[in-house]
Amino acid sequence: MSYPEDLRYTAEHEWARLEGGVVTVGITSYATDQLGDVVFVELPEVGRKLEATKPFGVVEAVKTVSDLFAPLAGEVIEVNGALADNPALVNQSPYGDGWMVRIRPADPAGILKLLSHDDYSRLIEEQHA
Amino acid sequence: MSSATTLKRTPFFEQHRAAGAKLVDFAGYEMPLRYRGDVEEHRRVRTGVGLFDVSHMGEFRVTGAGAVGFLDRAVTNDVAALEVGQALYTPICRPDGGIVDDALIYRAADHHMVVVNASNIAKDFAWLAEQCPADATLTDVSEDLALLALQGPRAAEVLRDHVPAAALVLGYYRFMIGPVFGVDAVISRTGYTGEDGFELYFHPRHAATIWEQLFSAGAPHGLEPIGLGARDTLRLEMAYMLYGNDIDDSTSPLAAGLGWTVKLGKSDFAGREVLVRQKQEGAARRLVGLEAEGRRVPRHGMAIERDGRAVGTVTSGAFGPSLERAIAMAYVDSASAALGTALEVVAGSTRIPVRTVKRPFYTQGTHR
Repeated sequence: MSYPEDLRYTAEHEWARLEGGVVTVGITSYATDQLGDVVFVELPEVGRKLEATKPFGVVEAVKTVSDLFAPLAGEVIEVNGALADNPALVNQSPYGDGWMVRIRPADPAGILKLLSHDDYSRLIEEQHA
Repeated sequence: MSSATTLKRTPFFEQHRAAGAKLVDFAGYEMPLRYRGDVEEHRRVRTGVGLFDVSHMGEFRVTGAGAVGFLDRAVTNDVAALEVGQALYTPICRPDGGIVDDALIYRAADHHMVVVNASNIAKDFAWLAEQCPADATLTDVSEDLALLALQGPRAAEVLRDHVPAAALVLGYYRFMIGPVFGVDAVISRTGYTGEDGFELYFHPRHAATIWEQLFSAGAPHGLEPIGLGARDTLRLEMAYMLYGNDIDDSTSPLAAGLGWTVKLGKSDFAGREVLVRQKQEGAARRLVGLEAEGRRVPRHGMAIERDGRAVGTVTSGAFGPSLERAIAMAYVDSASAALGTALEVVAGSTRIPVRTVKRPFYTQGTHR
């Protein structure tokens, strides 16, 4: 399992990548490993305002279901439409084609409050200890 | 996920680890949840062949002149009618009709074997021991038996040159005692997937050899190890019961649609009185199959509503890979159990529209 160093993480296993004032959000490879094969992702509509730490969608796997939590507050400006036809992208490429939403954050600096790569790796290790 | 208690391991633990299994706590055992992926493993069993380690299941041996009478009084199905070499699926009920467990009973020439769920071994043994007469002996032999389930339309091809020819022509729910790869085993034409297959019981000391030989014989047929994740979706597509979800001490076999396993006409057995009454009056709630609209999955424990009124609870739910849709089983009020009834499953703040459908959900299996 890998946790790219250029990303920030939540304790609920979302990742966030800040690029040009826009934050892309997905779930980590740890999350996909726990969930198993993803069969459906319910995502918000473009334009919806997300609140930090609040659920913004649902990821359904064969055996389990999980809420998606917003890493930070902001407006949804794009959702990954490819997941509707091919939800398996979440398993195949959690940090790439399996991304879920792009949001324009109210406060881009808020991303620094999320877990760093090291913090997140440690969290996973602790959960497995 | 982690736990202070030590998990038990089956004799195949090292094999699972070597095969890259994701291991989880299941009924106190460290078991493989999946190896490659739930969907791929599920399809492997439906279209080819897969191997399950189910050694965590419990086995009791019953001997003595009173064995048949004892078991016949202890379970709802007709043990007395079993022929040597035949197996039987049966609930074990309490006097109040609640299900202690669901079990398989095998009749061999000189003994019976009762196969029970891992989570219920201690409970079942205590309950059966209480009823065991002086002329029968009940022994827990769970630790003496490893159990593998080879399942799928190509299962017989894997075993073709490695079991007695008679094993390959065994009927469904028939078994024999004979060698598998030269090792003494119970070779049984049973399983819990809806596909053709075999269950192989043998001494754990042969675990490594049998595993290795099965995979070498199975390689040309695409044999893969299959985890509990796919086992659950396979059994759910067949609407087979999962103890603890679909049936438990508070549910009766009649409510669960297991009336075919309740032989009210035979001599007295635990639960008979209550079940006779239930049959006359009709169960207040019934287990139904649900098919969801869309891909949101009804999950265990979710409430079910009809026109805004609570009418039941989901017992098992998953995405069925062979059906490409979300399916579930649920107890609902009898008035809402008719086929085609439109209901809603409460999933947090949203509602999943479902309708009641026929069971099994999957009807294309090689065995059903």
